[in-house]
Amino acid sequence: MDITTLTALELSAKIKDGEISVVEATKAQIERIKKEDQKYNCYVTVLEEEALARAQQVQALIDAGELKDSPLAGVPMAIKDNMCTKGALTTCSSKILGNFKPPYNATVVEKLEAAGAIIIGKLNMDEFAMGSTTETSFYGPTKNPWNVEHVPGGSSGGAAAAVAAEEAFYTLGSDTGGSIRQPSSFCGVTGIKPTYGTVSRYGLIAYASSLDQIGPIARNVSDCVAALEVISGYDKKDSTSVDTGEYKYTDALVDDVKGMKIGIPRGYIGKGLDEEVKNSILKAAKVLEEKGAIVEEFDMDIVDYAIPAYYVIASAEASSNLSRFDGVKYGYRTEDFNGLQDVYKKTRSEGFGMEVKRRMMIGAFVLSSGYYDAYYNKALKVKALIKEGFDKAFSKYDVILGPTAPSTALKIGENLSDPLKMYLGDIYTVSVNLAGLPAISLPCGMDSKGLPIGLQLIGKHFGEKDIIRAAYSFEQTREYVRPTFTKGE
Amino acid sequence: MKNYETVIGLEVHVELATKSKIFCGCTTEFGGAPNTHVCPVCTGMPGTLPVLNKKVVEYAIAAGLATGCTITQKCKFDRKNYFYPDLPKAYQVSQLYLPICRDGGIEIEVDGVKKVIGIHEIHMEEDAGKLVHDPWDDCTLVDYNRCGVPLVEIVSDPDMRSADEVIAYLEKLKLILQYLGVSDCKMQEGSLRADINLSIREVGAPEFGTRTEMKNMNSFKAIARAIEGERKRQIELLEYGKKVVQETRRWDDNKDTSFAMRSKEDAQDYRYFPEPDLVPIEIGDDWLEEIKNREPELRDAKMLRYETEYDIPEYDAVIITGSKKLADIFEATVAICNKPKEVSNWLMVETMRLLKEHEMEPEEIKFAPENLAKLIGLVDTKAINRTVAKEVFEKVFAENIDPEQYVEANGLKTVNDEGALRTTIEGIIAANPQSVEDYHNGKEKAIGFLVGQTMKAMKGKADPGMINQILKELL
Repeated sequence: MDITTLTALELSAKIKDGEISVVEATKAQIERIKKEDQKYNCYVTVLEEEALARAQQVQALIDAGELKDSPLAGVPMAIKDNMCTKGALTTCSSKILGNFKPPYNATVVEKLEAAGAIIIGKLNMDEFAMGSTTETSFYGPTKNPWNVEHVPGGSSGGAAAAVAAEEAFYTLGSDTGGSIRQPSSFCGVTGIKPTYGTVSRYGLIAYASSLDQIGPIARNVSDCVAALEVISGYDKKDSTSVDTGEYKYTDALVDDVKGMKIGIPRGYIGKGLDEEVKNSILKAAKVLEEKGAIVEEFDMDIVDYAIPAYYVIASAEASSNLSRFDGVKYGYRTEDFNGLQDVYKKTRSEGFGMEVKRRMMIGAFVLSSGYYDAYYNKALKVKALIKEGFDKAFSKYDVILGPTAPSTALKIGENLSDPLKMYLGDIYTVSVNLAGLPAISLPCGMDSKGLPIGLQLIGKHFGEKDIIRAAYSFEQTREYVRPTFTKGE
Repeated sequence: MKNYETVIGLEVHVELATKSKIFCGCTTEFGGAPNTHVCPVCTGMPGTLPVLNKKVVEYAIAAGLATGCTITQKCKFDRKNYFYPDLPKAYQVSQLYLPICRDGGIEIEVDGVKKVIGIHEIHMEEDAGKLVHDPWDDCTLVDYNRCGVPLVEIVSDPDMRSADEVIAYLEKLKLILQYLGVSDCKMQEGSLRADINLSIREVGAPEFGTRTEMKNMNSFKAIARAIEGERKRQIELLEYGKKVVQETRRWDDNKDTSFAMRSKEDAQDYRYFPEPDLVPIEIGDDWLEEIKNREPELRDAKMLRYETEYDIPEYDAVIITGSKKLADIFEATVAICNKPKEVSNWLMVETMRLLKEHEMEPEEIKFAPENLAKLIGLVDTKAINRTVAKEVFEKVFAENIDPEQYVEANGLKTVNDEGALRTTIEGIIAANPQSVEDYHNGKEKAIGFLVGQTMKAMKGKADPGMINQILKELL
């Protein structure tokens, strides 16, 4: 039996039955990373020693009859390199944090540890989560396990590719404008972006604070939901976290969409969308309709303004959030400098990559005096209108259905020289963040190039259960498809 | 020379007296070894998030209510962005768009003239750290202990016209804040800092002149000197037909002059925007009412009550209530011994004398009310006489000793053994026949000498009343 091809829940069942030990599973996973990751570059850091030591501890706990209620106990997993792990490198895939070892754990890390998770490493990403291809990483691009000539998407490219490449049973990514869903779509795996406020952001190194949300990526809906249950919950350390008192998402793993009202915004299946992707999405809608859902198309034009609003707000917040990386307290500091201004200038010039600099400059500009109202304030108004548009839609529908991305995975290098084109690729995902809604991306087909297509289901505020039920029901109609691990090699 | 008018507005930063910082659980205690009162949150480590200390909001509201402000019932925080090593996040969490208090004012009195100074706004913010230059290694170090200590900035309207008005305003503000328990307002520890905005115009001119902002005054006296200096400097410029440049100036109290720090052209663009890591603060009517009801007795009310309830002179009431610390000691001591006039006397005479002698502020008083009450008790029961009591009080003042134990341990108790005293006095009379004769010849003063001799023989531990009585009897 090849341990690493199991799903997370299958593995955890075998661990509980004593069929596989935690150490065995951890070793198998690390072996696979050692063997395969040079092809994909999913990991920035592999925590081999720590993971093996932790595996022994967790096994002992399980043997002592503990962690019974933790369905993911003993399962090796990995997290995006923008979540703080005490004493372990947390780089945000940037040179400027190349030596940064946080003195504390992110809340999600604490929750994972309490649930018996084995954290085996930190995953590659676009630098500071800015990008949609994982090409802006200082530590080299991650490659798509379906075809290494293609990008895995981003910014959680390492997190999605590691799951697809079976280099982790599940992972955590973060989603500011689509960074969990789009790479999940490109890599043929399932990713959930929860409602803003569901998962604590404490310890997530911020890109855009009002939009960032951590979420799980896995090979199927059930694994994803099990992971979401572990990491979600009110956290008094995060003032923007919300106590809904209702986190039992596994209750929604029900194969039943009878009477569920599903809306498809016409703008989501109109121009700009790849024909093969469109057909696949509409076929998925048909499947749900056949299972008893009521599916109809509707208009929601306000989302046309989502991309400019998103890039204004996200860049503004980023310009402020990333100012603390100045070479004074931690991280990279330029070697040769003359006075304070020089430390700032050189450290930041040398430490940040192009895309990060571009967004910080956009952000500083839109916040500067005389421009604030024209850009930032206007973007906030658009944000409010988008939220309103979704609220209106959700007064009619339980779930909104559409594609996750306008195309399947692009070739490496295709977008890097054309940032505007890259930004437009976020068209179906960013409005969800602006409105603070939950959404899931799951595989629904393949294009003629043999690359996976992702279906996006969007729910109302704290309506995770609706999208989980729809996703789970759809998933029952098709088999999980593994990458062939040969294309492009 | 033309007739000029000085226009002054103040920005006062006050450190709030909360136990913990504004966004984390670290202590706000002054001092401490560098970087010991810190955590990942107040040092702005990546990924950390602020959690607002509710007490900060309550204190800010209390300050607003006591100064007649309107409370912004839905207010929020904004980020003020700038690079400096003492600001670890490279932004200060402050309030620009919706400050918590607006449109208030306080009444001051200068030379018998009353006047209201408007308060434009009060907003909450976090303090920054401190740069320490190490001349030995010629490097600059950062101490983040003060980072995240809660502040309110109280911005006045440009309503003041003289240094006297400014000092009166600051005194009044300080007392209000101290009485509220919102801040200890210790200027020497930096918990009250004032920036002065000052401009000059011809009397009757409709427009304000160009203003400068002055920083770095660490006492009221320095503020008065800085105002005088800046007023003269600006008038001189105008008299010579020059222009005042809008700029920030730094007062150097040792050199008694100010220096330009940066002009308006160099002013930074702080790129303010709403702080996304904190949710807006909703201040309900109930909460507001609760804070209002909790408002302690402020100075004016207290002064009046001292006169009526305790029957102490107005002058004493003014002095004692002029310091929250003195008023607290007064009330606590009266509560124990129930002798308001005695307590007032000890504070007005001996305490004031010792404060002056040691160049101390009332806030620095160390002795406990219990010990003053005990001392008053000792005098009242005639266990010690007033001369001894004054000596003991010096000890109480300096070291906060327990006077009962001290008197016991040092054998200072008055000798109440009448027989022994009578024997001593008989000896004194026998040894001083001349004085006795003088007394009998009508020289009243002579008895004073005999009392003194007796007291000396008793090593001061006798009750002068009793000596007098026995002396007269024996003579």
